[in-house]
Amino acid sequence: MPETGESVRGGSGLLEPASSAAPGRLFSVDAIRRDFPILGTTVRGRPLVYLDNAATSQKPQTVIDAITRFYATGNANIHRGVYALSEQATVAYDQARLRVARFLGASSPAEIVFTRGTTEAINLVAQSWGRAQLRRGDEILVTAMEHHSNLIPWQLIAEQTGAVLRAAPITEQGELDLDAWHRLLSDRTRLVAVTHISNALGTLNPVRELAEAARARGAVVLVDGAQSAPHLPIDVNALGCDFFACSGHKLYGPTGVGVLYGRAELLERMPPWQGGGGMIASVTLERSTWAEPPARFEAGTPPIAEAIGLAVALDYVDGIGFQAITAWEDALLHRAVELVGATPGVRLVGTASRRAAVLSFVVEGIHPHDVGAVLDDEGIAVRAGHHCAQPVMRHFGIPATLRASFSFYNTLEEVEALARGLGRVREVFG
Amino acid sequence: MAGLRELYQNVILEHNRSPRNYRAMPDANREAQGHNPLCGDQVTVRLRVEDGRIQDAAFQGMGCAISRASASIMTAAIKGRTPEEAAELFQQFHRLVTGHPEAGNPETLGKLAVFSGVSAYPIRVKCASLPWHTMKAALDSPDL
Repeated sequence: MPETGESVRGGSGLLEPASSAAPGRLFSVDAIRRDFPILGTTVRGRPLVYLDNAATSQKPQTVIDAITRFYATGNANIHRGVYALSEQATVAYDQARLRVARFLGASSPAEIVFTRGTTEAINLVAQSWGRAQLRRGDEILVTAMEHHSNLIPWQLIAEQTGAVLRAAPITEQGELDLDAWHRLLSDRTRLVAVTHISNALGTLNPVRELAEAARARGAVVLVDGAQSAPHLPIDVNALGCDFFACSGHKLYGPTGVGVLYGRAELLERMPPWQGGGGMIASVTLERSTWAEPPARFEAGTPPIAEAIGLAVALDYVDGIGFQAITAWEDALLHRAVELVGATPGVRLVGTASRRAAVLSFVVEGIHPHDVGAVLDDEGIAVRAGHHCAQPVMRHFGIPATLRASFSFYNTLEEVEALARGLGRVREVFG
Repeated sequence: MAGLRELYQNVILEHNRSPRNYRAMPDANREAQGHNPLCGDQVTVRLRVEDGRIQDAAFQGMGCAISRASASIMTAAIKGRTPEEAAELFQQFHRLVTGHPEAGNPETLGKLAVFSGVSAYPIRVKCASLPWHTMKAALDSPDL
Protein backbone atom coordinates (compact mmCIF):
# COMPACT_ATOMS: atom_id res chain seq x y z
CA MET A 1 0.00 0.00 0.00
CA PRO A 2 2.12 2.91 -1.14
CA GLU A 3 0.98 6.03 0.60
CA THR A 4 3.32 8.83 -0.13
CA GLY A 5 2.88 11.77 2.08
CA GLU A 6 1.65 9.83 5.06
CA SER A 7 3.76 6.81 5.76
CA VAL A 8 7.25 6.31 7.00
CA ARG A 9 9.73 7.64 4.50
CA GLY A 10 11.00 4.90 2.28
CA GLY A 11 7.66 3.14 2.45
CA SER A 12 8.72 0.55 5.01
CA GLY A 13 6.12 -1.02 7.24
CA LEU A 14 5.86 0.52 10.65
CA LEU A 15 6.70 -2.68 12.40
CA GLU A 16 9.88 -3.53 10.58
CA PRO A 17 12.98 -3.63 12.74
CA ALA A 18 14.73 -0.34 13.27
CA SER A 19 17.08 0.16 10.37
CA SER A 20 20.83 0.06 10.75
CA ALA A 21 20.86 3.83 10.77
CA ALA A 22 20.15 3.74 14.49
CA PRO A 23 17.49 6.34 15.22
CA GLY A 24 19.24 7.12 18.49
CA ARG A 25 21.97 8.79 16.50
CA LEU A 26 19.55 11.13 14.79
CA PHE A 27 18.60 12.74 18.04
CA SER A 28 19.30 12.36 21.71
CA VAL A 29 16.30 11.11 23.63
CA ASP A 30 17.97 12.29 26.84
CA ALA A 31 18.23 15.82 25.51
CA ILE A 32 14.61 15.70 24.34
CA ARG A 33 13.45 14.52 27.75
CA ARG A 34 15.05 17.53 29.36
CA ASP A 35 12.73 19.71 27.27
CA PHE A 36 9.69 18.21 29.06
CA PRO A 37 9.69 19.22 32.72
CA ILE A 38 7.06 16.66 33.75
CA LEU A 39 9.24 13.77 32.61
CA GLY A 40 11.62 14.55 35.47
CA THR A 41 8.93 14.18 38.14
CA THR A 42 8.07 11.20 40.32
CA VAL A 43 4.75 9.44 40.89
CA ARG A 44 4.13 7.39 44.04
CA GLY A 45 7.83 7.78 44.74
CA ARG A 46 8.91 6.41 41.35
CA PRO A 47 10.14 8.23 38.27
CA LEU A 48 7.18 8.85 35.99
CA VAL A 49 7.01 6.44 33.05
CA TYR A 50 4.42 8.13 30.87
CA LEU A 51 2.93 5.72 28.34
CA ASP A 52 -0.47 7.32 27.78
CA ASN A 53 0.48 9.53 24.87
CA ALA A 54 -2.49 8.52 22.76
CA ALA A 55 -4.69 10.14 25.41
CA THR A 56 -2.61 13.28 25.66
CA SER A 57 1.02 14.19 25.19
CA GLN A 58 3.24 16.08 27.61
CA LYS A 59 4.33 19.62 26.81
CA PRO A 60 7.82 20.92 26.11
CA GLN A 61 9.04 23.96 28.05
CA THR A 62 8.86 26.11 24.90
CA VAL A 63 5.09 25.56 24.72
CA ILE A 64 4.62 26.24 28.42
CA ASP A 65 6.71 29.40 28.06
CA ALA A 66 4.80 30.61 25.00
CA ILE A 67 1.49 30.36 26.83
CA THR A 68 2.90 32.07 29.93
CA ARG A 69 4.46 34.79 27.77
CA PHE A 70 1.19 35.43 25.96
CA TYR A 71 -0.72 35.89 29.19
CA ALA A 72 2.12 37.86 30.83
CA THR A 73 2.78 40.29 28.00
CA GLY A 74 0.56 39.71 24.98
CA ASN A 75 -3.00 39.01 26.11
CA ALA A 76 -5.85 40.79 24.33
CA ASN A 77 -8.87 39.68 22.36
CA ILE A 78 -8.29 39.38 18.64
CA HIS A 79 -9.87 41.27 15.71
CA ARG A 80 -11.68 44.57 16.12
CA GLY A 81 -9.29 45.94 18.75
CA VAL A 82 -7.85 49.26 17.62
CA TYR A 83 -4.99 49.15 20.08
CA ALA A 84 -1.50 47.69 19.73
CA LEU A 85 -1.97 44.73 22.06
CA SER A 86 -5.05 43.50 20.20
CA GLU A 87 -3.27 43.91 16.89
CA GLN A 88 -0.33 41.87 18.16
CA ALA A 89 -2.61 39.13 19.47
CA THR A 90 -4.45 39.06 16.13
CA VAL A 91 -1.18 38.73 14.24
CA ALA A 92 0.02 35.95 16.55
CA TYR A 93 -3.28 34.08 16.15
CA ASP A 94 -3.17 34.45 12.35
CA GLN A 95 0.43 33.27 12.30
CA ALA A 96 -0.56 30.22 14.31
CA ARG A 97 -3.12 29.40 11.61
CA LEU A 98 -0.46 29.77 8.96
CA ARG A 99 1.84 27.48 10.95
CA VAL A 100 -0.85 24.80 11.14
CA ALA A 101 -1.56 25.13 7.41
CA ARG A 102 2.11 24.49 6.69
CA PHE A 103 2.22 21.55 9.11
CA LEU A 104 -0.70 19.83 7.37
CA GLY A 105 0.27 20.80 3.83
CA ALA A 106 -2.90 22.85 3.32
CA SER A 107 -2.95 25.14 0.30
CA SER A 108 -4.10 28.16 2.28
CA PRO A 109 -4.62 29.22 5.92
CA ALA A 110 -8.27 29.82 4.99
CA GLU A 111 -8.58 26.03 4.97
CA ILE A 112 -7.66 25.83 8.67
CA VAL A 113 -10.44 26.21 11.24
CA PHE A 114 -9.48 26.28 14.91
CA THR A 115 -11.80 24.18 17.07
CA ARG A 116 -11.72 22.89 20.63
CA GLY A 117 -10.29 19.60 19.43
CA THR A 118 -10.79 16.71 17.05
CA THR A 119 -14.23 15.97 18.47
CA GLU A 120 -15.50 19.46 17.77
CA ALA A 121 -13.92 19.45 14.32
CA ILE A 122 -15.82 16.29 13.36
CA ASN A 123 -19.05 17.59 14.87
CA LEU A 124 -18.60 20.76 12.85
CA VAL A 125 -18.45 18.80 9.60
CA ALA A 126 -21.38 16.58 10.60
CA GLN A 127 -23.59 19.50 11.58
CA SER A 128 -22.57 22.02 8.92
CA TRP A 129 -21.76 19.95 5.86
CA GLY A 130 -24.03 17.08 6.89
CA ARG A 131 -27.12 19.13 7.68
CA ALA A 132 -26.85 20.99 4.39
CA GLN A 133 -25.98 18.02 2.18
CA LEU A 134 -27.44 14.81 3.56
CA ARG A 135 -30.85 13.60 2.46
CA ARG A 136 -32.94 10.60 3.39
CA GLY A 137 -31.31 7.46 2.01
CA ASP A 138 -27.86 9.00 1.57
CA GLU A 139 -25.15 6.90 3.16
CA ILE A 140 -22.30 7.70 5.52
CA LEU A 141 -19.55 5.08 5.63
CA VAL A 142 -17.40 4.68 8.73
CA THR A 143 -15.37 1.78 10.07
CA ALA A 144 -15.81 -0.44 13.11
CA MET A 145 -12.55 0.86 14.58
CA GLU A 146 -13.57 4.49 14.99
CA HIS A 147 -13.18 6.40 18.21
CA HIS A 148 -16.63 7.38 19.49
CA SER A 149 -15.87 10.92 18.35
CA ASN A 150 -15.83 9.75 14.71
CA LEU A 151 -18.96 7.65 15.14
CA ILE A 152 -21.48 9.44 17.31
CA PRO A 153 -21.50 12.73 15.34
CA TRP A 154 -22.50 10.63 12.32
CA GLN A 155 -25.13 8.74 14.28
CA LEU A 156 -26.61 12.07 15.32
CA ILE A 157 -26.66 13.60 11.84
CA ALA A 158 -28.00 10.36 10.35
CA GLU A 159 -30.88 10.51 12.79
CA GLN A 160 -31.49 14.18 12.00
CA THR A 161 -31.43 13.80 8.21
CA GLY A 162 -32.62 10.25 7.58
CA ALA A 163 -29.23 9.32 6.16
CA VAL A 164 -28.01 5.76 6.68
CA LEU A 165 -24.86 5.05 8.66
CA ARG A 166 -22.83 2.05 7.54
CA ALA A 167 -19.74 0.65 9.25
CA ALA A 168 -17.13 -1.51 7.55
CA PRO A 169 -15.99 -4.41 9.75
CA ILE A 170 -12.48 -5.13 10.98
CA THR A 171 -10.54 -8.38 10.88
CA GLU A 172 -9.17 -10.55 13.68
CA GLN A 173 -5.89 -8.68 13.38
CA GLY A 174 -7.67 -5.40 13.91
CA GLU A 175 -7.23 -4.26 10.33
CA LEU A 176 -9.94 -2.72 8.23
CA ASP A 177 -11.64 -5.37 6.10
CA LEU A 178 -10.85 -3.68 2.81
CA ASP A 179 -13.01 -5.94 0.65
CA ALA A 180 -16.00 -5.29 2.87
CA TRP A 181 -15.27 -1.57 2.91
CA HIS A 182 -15.14 -1.44 -0.89
CA ARG A 183 -18.39 -3.40 -1.09
CA LEU A 184 -20.10 -0.94 1.25
CA LEU A 185 -18.92 2.03 -0.79
CA SER A 186 -21.59 2.86 -3.34
CA ASP A 187 -23.06 5.70 -5.35
CA ARG A 188 -25.29 6.38 -2.36
CA THR A 189 -22.22 7.03 -0.17
CA ARG A 190 -22.02 10.78 0.36
CA LEU A 191 -19.39 10.86 3.06
CA VAL A 192 -16.60 8.54 4.17
CA ALA A 193 -15.20 9.04 7.66
CA VAL A 194 -12.17 7.02 8.67
CA THR A 195 -9.53 7.12 11.34
CA HIS A 196 -5.97 7.41 10.09
CA ILE A 197 -4.59 5.47 13.07
CA SER A 198 -6.84 3.56 15.48
CA ASN A 199 -6.52 4.94 19.00
CA ALA A 200 -7.39 1.57 20.51
CA LEU A 201 -5.27 -0.71 18.33
CA GLY A 202 -2.68 1.45 16.59
CA THR A 203 -3.76 0.16 13.17
CA LEU A 204 -2.67 2.44 10.32
CA ASN A 205 -5.36 2.63 7.67
CA PRO A 206 -4.57 2.98 3.95
CA VAL A 207 -6.30 6.32 3.91
CA ARG A 208 -4.94 7.42 0.57
CA GLU A 209 -6.36 4.36 -1.16
CA LEU A 210 -9.70 4.78 0.60
CA ALA A 211 -9.89 8.48 -0.23
CA GLU A 212 -9.19 7.81 -3.88
CA ALA A 213 -11.93 5.19 -4.13
CA ALA A 214 -14.39 7.34 -2.20
CA ARG A 215 -13.80 10.45 -4.25
CA ALA A 216 -14.12 8.44 -7.47
CA ARG A 217 -17.67 7.73 -6.25
CA GLY A 218 -18.25 11.38 -5.54
CA ALA A 219 -18.11 10.99 -1.76
CA VAL A 220 -16.54 13.49 0.57
CA VAL A 221 -13.73 12.12 2.77
CA LEU A 222 -13.04 13.00 6.39
CA VAL A 223 -9.91 11.66 8.07
CA ASP A 224 -9.72 11.53 11.86
CA GLY A 225 -6.07 12.42 12.35
CA ALA A 226 -6.08 12.73 16.14
CA GLN A 227 -3.66 9.80 16.42
CA SER A 228 -1.73 10.22 13.19
CA ALA A 229 -0.73 13.89 13.25
CA PRO A 230 1.64 13.36 16.22
CA HIS A 231 3.35 10.39 14.56
CA LEU A 232 3.37 10.78 10.78
CA PRO A 233 4.11 13.64 8.42
CA ILE A 234 0.73 14.80 7.13
CA ASP A 235 0.07 16.21 3.69
CA VAL A 236 -3.66 16.61 3.24
CA ASN A 237 -3.36 17.01 -0.52
CA ALA A 238 -1.27 13.86 -0.88
CA LEU A 239 -3.77 12.00 1.31
CA GLY A 240 -6.55 13.19 -0.97
CA CYS A 241 -8.97 13.94 1.83
CA ASP A 242 -11.53 16.74 2.00
CA PHE A 243 -11.44 17.13 5.78
CA PHE A 244 -8.73 16.31 8.29
CA ALA A 245 -9.24 16.72 12.03
CA CYS A 246 -6.65 16.70 14.80
CA SER A 247 -6.08 17.87 18.36
CA GLY A 248 -3.47 20.24 19.74
CA HIS A 249 -2.99 18.47 23.04
CA LYS A 250 -1.93 15.20 21.43
CA LEU A 251 0.58 17.17 19.37
CA TYR A 252 2.53 18.46 22.37
CA GLY A 253 0.40 21.62 22.46
CA PRO A 254 -2.23 22.76 24.96
CA THR A 255 -5.69 21.34 25.54
CA GLY A 256 -8.66 23.32 24.24
CA VAL A 257 -7.44 23.76 20.68
CA GLY A 258 -7.87 21.52 17.69
CA VAL A 259 -7.87 21.84 13.96
CA LEU A 260 -10.24 21.18 11.14
CA TYR A 261 -8.65 21.26 7.71
CA GLY A 262 -11.32 21.61 5.06
CA ARG A 263 -10.85 21.92 1.32
CA ALA A 264 -11.57 25.55 0.38
CA GLU A 265 -14.39 24.90 -2.08
CA LEU A 266 -16.21 22.78 0.49
CA LEU A 267 -15.80 25.19 3.39
CA GLU A 268 -16.99 28.07 1.21
CA ARG A 269 -20.29 26.32 0.55
CA MET A 270 -20.87 25.23 4.14
CA PRO A 271 -23.28 27.12 6.41
CA PRO A 272 -22.28 28.16 9.93
CA TRP A 273 -22.92 25.64 12.68
CA GLN A 274 -22.64 27.97 15.65
CA GLY A 275 -23.66 31.61 15.71
CA GLY A 276 -21.99 34.40 17.59
CA GLY A 277 -19.33 37.04 17.42
CA GLY A 278 -16.63 36.91 14.80
CA MET A 279 -18.46 34.75 12.25
CA ILE A 280 -20.62 37.36 10.51
CA ALA A 281 -20.36 39.78 7.62
CA SER A 282 -23.33 41.92 8.66
CA VAL A 283 -26.14 41.57 11.15
CA THR A 284 -29.59 43.09 11.43
CA LEU A 285 -32.25 42.07 13.91
CA GLU A 286 -33.88 39.94 11.22
CA ARG A 287 -31.02 38.29 9.41
CA SER A 288 -27.30 38.07 9.03
CA THR A 289 -24.72 37.21 6.42
CA TRP A 290 -21.71 35.12 7.08
CA ALA A 291 -18.02 35.80 7.10
CA GLU A 292 -15.82 33.84 4.74
CA PRO A 293 -14.11 30.67 6.05
CA PRO A 294 -12.42 30.10 8.39
CA ALA A 295 -13.99 32.91 10.46
CA ARG A 296 -17.48 31.60 9.57
CA PHE A 297 -16.78 28.55 11.72
CA GLU A 298 -15.14 30.29 14.67
CA ALA A 299 -18.01 31.93 16.53
CA GLY A 300 -16.99 33.55 19.79
CA THR A 301 -13.54 34.24 21.19
CA PRO A 302 -11.33 31.41 19.96
CA PRO A 303 -8.62 29.65 21.99
CA ILE A 304 -6.01 32.34 21.32
CA ALA A 305 -3.28 31.39 23.78
CA GLU A 306 -3.83 27.74 22.92
CA ALA A 307 -3.46 28.31 19.17
CA ILE A 308 -0.25 30.24 19.79
CA GLY A 309 0.99 27.43 22.03
CA LEU A 310 0.09 24.87 19.37
CA ALA A 311 2.15 26.73 16.76
CA VAL A 312 5.18 26.56 19.06
CA ALA A 313 4.52 22.84 19.61
CA LEU A 314 4.55 22.28 15.84
CA ASP A 315 7.89 24.12 15.66
CA TYR A 316 9.16 21.72 18.30
CA VAL A 317 7.92 18.62 16.47
CA ASP A 318 9.31 19.77 13.13
CA GLY A 319 12.56 20.61 14.88
CA ILE A 320 13.01 16.94 15.67
CA GLY A 321 11.60 15.90 12.31
CA PHE A 322 9.27 13.06 11.44
CA GLN A 323 12.02 10.92 10.01
CA ALA A 324 13.63 10.69 13.43
CA ILE A 325 10.28 10.54 15.21
CA THR A 326 8.88 7.61 13.23
CA ALA A 327 12.18 5.71 13.37
CA TRP A 328 12.45 6.05 17.15
CA GLU A 329 8.78 5.34 17.81
CA ASP A 330 9.01 2.26 15.56
CA ALA A 331 11.94 1.03 17.62
CA LEU A 332 9.97 1.57 20.85
CA LEU A 333 6.90 -0.23 19.50
CA HIS A 334 8.99 -3.06 18.13
CA ARG A 335 10.67 -3.60 21.49
CA ALA A 336 7.33 -3.34 23.29
CA VAL A 337 5.74 -5.97 21.04
CA GLU A 338 8.74 -8.20 21.70
CA LEU A 339 8.85 -7.79 25.50
CA VAL A 340 5.18 -7.38 26.36
CA GLY A 341 4.16 -10.03 23.84
CA ALA A 342 6.56 -12.49 25.51
CA THR A 343 5.23 -11.84 29.04
CA PRO A 344 3.40 -14.96 30.29
CA GLY A 345 -0.37 -14.50 30.24
CA VAL A 346 -0.28 -11.43 28.02
CA ARG A 347 -2.30 -11.39 24.81
CA LEU A 348 -1.81 -8.56 22.33
CA VAL A 349 -5.05 -7.13 20.97
CA GLY A 350 -4.68 -5.87 17.43
CA THR A 351 -1.77 -7.15 15.43
CA ALA A 352 -2.12 -5.19 12.21
CA SER A 353 0.87 -5.38 9.90
CA ARG A 354 1.02 -1.60 9.73
CA ARG A 355 0.56 0.32 12.93
CA ALA A 356 2.05 3.01 15.03
CA ALA A 357 2.88 3.92 18.59
CA VAL A 358 0.06 2.00 20.29
CA LEU A 359 0.11 -1.39 21.99
CA SER A 360 -3.17 -2.80 23.27
CA PHE A 361 -3.17 -5.97 25.37
CA VAL A 362 -4.89 -7.96 28.07
CA VAL A 363 -3.52 -10.13 30.85
CA GLU A 364 -5.50 -13.36 30.88
CA GLY A 365 -7.71 -13.68 33.94
CA ILE A 366 -6.86 -10.25 35.35
CA HIS A 367 -8.98 -7.20 34.71
CA PRO A 368 -7.17 -4.32 32.96
CA HIS A 369 -7.99 -1.97 35.85
CA ASP A 370 -6.18 -4.24 38.26
CA VAL A 371 -3.18 -4.51 35.95
CA GLY A 372 -3.21 -0.74 35.57
CA ALA A 373 -3.18 -0.30 39.35
CA VAL A 374 -0.07 -2.47 39.68
CA LEU A 375 1.68 -0.55 36.91
CA ASP A 376 0.62 2.74 38.51
CA ASP A 377 2.29 1.57 41.70
CA GLU A 378 5.51 1.41 39.66
CA GLY A 379 4.99 4.94 38.37
CA ILE A 380 3.92 3.62 34.96
CA ALA A 381 1.00 5.49 33.39
CA VAL A 382 -0.99 3.41 30.91
CA ARG A 383 -4.66 3.49 30.04
CA ALA A 384 -7.07 0.76 31.06
CA GLY A 385 -10.52 0.83 29.57
CA HIS A 386 -12.46 0.75 26.34
CA HIS A 387 -10.59 3.78 24.92
CA CYS A 388 -13.83 5.31 23.68
CA ALA A 389 -14.00 2.50 21.14
CA GLN A 390 -16.64 0.14 22.51
CA PRO A 391 -17.39 -1.44 19.12
CA VAL A 392 -13.71 -2.43 18.90
CA MET A 393 -13.83 -4.02 22.35
CA ARG A 394 -17.02 -5.87 21.41
CA HIS A 395 -15.33 -7.12 18.24
CA PHE A 396 -12.61 -8.75 20.34
CA GLY A 397 -15.12 -9.93 22.95
CA ILE A 398 -13.49 -8.09 25.83
CA PRO A 399 -14.72 -5.23 28.03
CA ALA A 400 -11.44 -3.36 28.07
CA THR A 401 -7.75 -3.49 27.30
CA LEU A 402 -4.58 -1.97 28.61
CA ARG A 403 -3.01 0.44 26.23
CA ALA A 404 0.57 1.63 26.23
CA SER A 405 1.14 4.42 23.74
CA PHE A 406 4.49 5.89 22.89
CA SER A 407 6.08 9.19 22.06
CA PHE A 408 9.52 10.16 20.80
CA TYR A 409 10.46 11.06 24.38
CA ASN A 410 9.97 7.52 25.67
CA THR A 411 12.98 5.28 26.13
CA LEU A 412 13.72 1.61 25.66
CA GLU A 413 14.30 1.47 29.42
CA GLU A 414 10.70 2.61 29.94
CA VAL A 415 9.48 -0.16 27.68
CA GLU A 416 11.51 -2.58 29.78
CA ALA A 417 9.98 -1.11 32.95
CA LEU A 418 6.54 -1.79 31.49
CA ALA A 419 7.41 -5.42 30.85
CA ARG A 420 8.88 -5.79 34.36
CA GLY A 421 5.74 -4.22 35.83
CA LEU A 422 3.59 -6.73 33.97
CA GLY A 423 5.72 -9.48 35.46
CA ARG A 424 4.75 -8.19 38.90
CA VAL A 425 1.04 -8.41 38.15
CA ARG A 426 1.14 -12.20 38.53
CA GLU A 427 2.89 -11.86 41.90
CA VAL A 428 0.07 -9.70 43.20
CA PHE A 429 -2.89 -11.54 41.70
CA GLY A 430 -1.29 -14.95 41.05
CA MET B 1 3.58 -0.74 47.34
CA ALA B 2 2.01 0.10 50.70
CA GLY B 3 -0.93 1.77 48.93
CA LEU B 4 -1.31 -1.12 46.55
CA ARG B 5 -1.39 -3.65 49.41
CA GLU B 6 -3.92 -1.47 51.20
CA LEU B 7 -6.08 -1.50 48.07
CA TYR B 8 -5.69 -5.19 47.33
CA GLN B 9 -5.91 -6.65 50.80
CA ASN B 10 -5.63 -10.42 50.97
CA VAL B 11 -9.33 -10.84 51.70
CA ILE B 12 -10.12 -8.92 48.50
CA LEU B 13 -7.72 -11.01 46.44
CA GLU B 14 -9.20 -14.16 47.91
CA HIS B 15 -12.79 -13.12 47.13
CA ASN B 16 -11.69 -12.14 43.63
CA ARG B 17 -10.26 -15.62 43.08
CA SER B 18 -13.22 -17.45 44.58
CA PRO B 19 -16.22 -15.16 44.75
CA ARG B 20 -19.12 -16.17 47.00
CA ASN B 21 -22.67 -16.25 45.64
CA TYR B 22 -21.49 -16.00 42.03
CA ARG B 23 -24.42 -17.82 40.48
CA ALA B 24 -27.77 -17.49 38.82
CA MET B 25 -30.71 -17.57 41.21
CA PRO B 26 -33.78 -19.12 39.58
CA ASP B 27 -36.03 -18.29 42.54
CA ALA B 28 -34.95 -14.64 42.77
CA ASN B 29 -37.79 -12.14 43.00
CA ARG B 30 -35.72 -8.98 42.56
CA GLU B 31 -33.08 -8.25 39.97
CA ALA B 32 -31.11 -5.31 38.65
CA GLN B 33 -28.26 -4.74 36.26
CA GLY B 34 -25.45 -2.34 36.97
CA HIS B 35 -23.13 -0.92 34.37
CA ASN B 36 -20.18 1.40 34.65
CA PRO B 37 -19.91 3.04 31.24
CA LEU B 38 -16.46 4.39 32.06
CA CYS B 39 -14.83 0.99 32.31
CA GLY B 40 -17.43 -1.38 30.85
CA ASP B 41 -17.93 -3.27 34.10
CA GLN B 42 -21.26 -5.06 34.33
CA VAL B 43 -22.93 -6.76 37.24
CA THR B 44 -26.30 -8.41 37.73
CA VAL B 45 -27.54 -8.65 41.30
CA ARG B 46 -30.38 -11.02 42.17
CA LEU B 47 -32.21 -11.14 45.48
CA ARG B 48 -34.92 -13.19 47.09
CA VAL B 49 -36.81 -10.94 49.48
CA GLU B 50 -39.39 -12.70 51.65
CA ASP B 51 -41.01 -11.89 54.97
CA GLY B 52 -39.31 -8.49 54.99
CA ARG B 53 -35.80 -9.92 54.77
CA ILE B 54 -33.21 -10.64 52.09
CA GLN B 55 -33.25 -14.40 52.20
CA ASP B 56 -30.73 -14.91 49.42
CA ALA B 57 -28.39 -12.74 47.32
CA ALA B 58 -26.24 -13.57 44.31
CA PHE B 59 -24.40 -11.82 41.49
CA GLN B 60 -22.93 -12.42 38.07
CA GLY B 61 -20.97 -10.25 35.69
CA MET B 62 -17.54 -9.04 34.81
CA GLY B 63 -15.40 -6.50 36.50
CA CYS B 64 -12.11 -5.81 38.22
CA ALA B 65 -10.92 -7.46 41.43
CA ILE B 66 -12.34 -4.61 43.50
CA SER B 67 -15.84 -4.80 42.04
CA ARG B 68 -15.89 -8.61 42.07
CA ALA B 69 -14.73 -8.85 45.66
CA SER B 70 -17.12 -6.06 46.63
CA ALA B 71 -20.06 -7.95 45.09
CA SER B 72 -18.95 -11.18 46.75
CA ILE B 73 -18.61 -9.69 50.23
CA MET B 74 -21.77 -7.62 49.82
CA THR B 75 -23.96 -10.59 48.94
CA ALA B 76 -22.69 -12.40 52.03
CA ALA B 77 -23.15 -9.30 54.21
CA ILE B 78 -26.75 -8.49 53.29
CA LYS B 79 -28.20 -11.97 53.60
CA GLY B 80 -30.67 -12.11 56.45
CA ARG B 81 -30.98 -8.33 56.70
CA THR B 82 -34.03 -6.21 56.08
CA PRO B 83 -33.94 -3.92 53.03
CA GLU B 84 -33.59 -0.95 55.39
CA GLU B 85 -30.60 -2.52 57.09
CA ALA B 86 -28.99 -3.29 53.73
CA ALA B 87 -29.52 0.32 52.61
CA GLU B 88 -27.97 1.56 55.84
CA LEU B 89 -24.98 -0.77 55.35
CA PHE B 90 -24.55 0.71 51.85
CA GLN B 91 -24.44 4.18 53.41
CA GLN B 92 -21.70 3.08 55.77
CA PHE B 93 -19.78 1.31 53.04
CA HIS B 94 -19.99 4.37 50.82
CA ARG B 95 -18.63 6.56 53.61
CA LEU B 96 -15.78 4.11 54.04
CA VAL B 97 -14.68 3.98 50.40
CA THR B 98 -15.00 7.73 49.91
CA GLY B 99 -12.84 8.40 52.95
CA HIS B 100 -15.67 10.12 54.82
CA PRO B 101 -14.52 11.02 58.35
CA GLU B 102 -17.66 9.44 59.81
CA ALA B 103 -17.12 6.09 58.22
CA GLY B 104 -18.94 3.32 60.04
CA ASN B 105 -17.27 1.65 62.97
CA PRO B 106 -15.38 -1.58 62.35
CA GLU B 107 -17.95 -3.65 64.19
CA THR B 108 -20.90 -2.77 61.99
CA LEU B 109 -18.74 -2.83 58.85
CA GLY B 110 -17.32 -6.25 59.64
CA LYS B 111 -15.57 -7.74 56.63
CA LEU B 112 -16.43 -4.69 54.54
CA ALA B 113 -13.60 -2.85 56.34
CA VAL B 114 -11.12 -4.46 53.92
CA PHE B 115 -12.22 -1.85 51.38
CA SER B 116 -10.74 1.02 53.40
CA GLY B 117 -7.81 1.27 50.96
CA VAL B 118 -10.15 2.25 48.12
CA SER B 119 -10.47 5.79 49.46
CA ALA B 120 -6.88 6.51 48.39
CA TYR B 121 -7.89 5.69 44.78
CA PRO B 122 -10.91 7.88 43.97
CA ILE B 123 -11.28 6.39 40.52
CA ARG B 124 -11.87 2.94 42.06
CA VAL B 125 -14.76 4.10 44.28
CA LYS B 126 -17.15 3.33 41.44
CA CYS B 127 -15.72 -0.18 41.10
CA ALA B 128 -16.36 -0.87 44.77
CA SER B 129 -19.80 0.71 44.91
CA LEU B 130 -21.27 -0.56 41.61
CA PRO B 131 -22.56 -3.82 43.17
CA TRP B 132 -24.13 -1.85 46.03
CA HIS B 133 -25.89 0.61 43.73
CA THR B 134 -27.14 -2.37 41.77
CA MET B 135 -28.33 -4.13 44.91
CA LYS B 136 -30.20 -0.96 45.93
CA ALA B 137 -31.81 -0.80 42.48
CA ALA B 138 -32.84 -4.44 42.83
CA LEU B 139 -34.42 -3.75 46.22
CA ASP B 140 -36.33 -0.80 44.76
CA SER B 141 -37.54 -2.74 41.73
CA PRO B 142 -40.92 -4.44 41.55
CA ASP B 143 -41.18 -8.17 42.12
CA LEU B 144 -40.17 -10.29 39.14
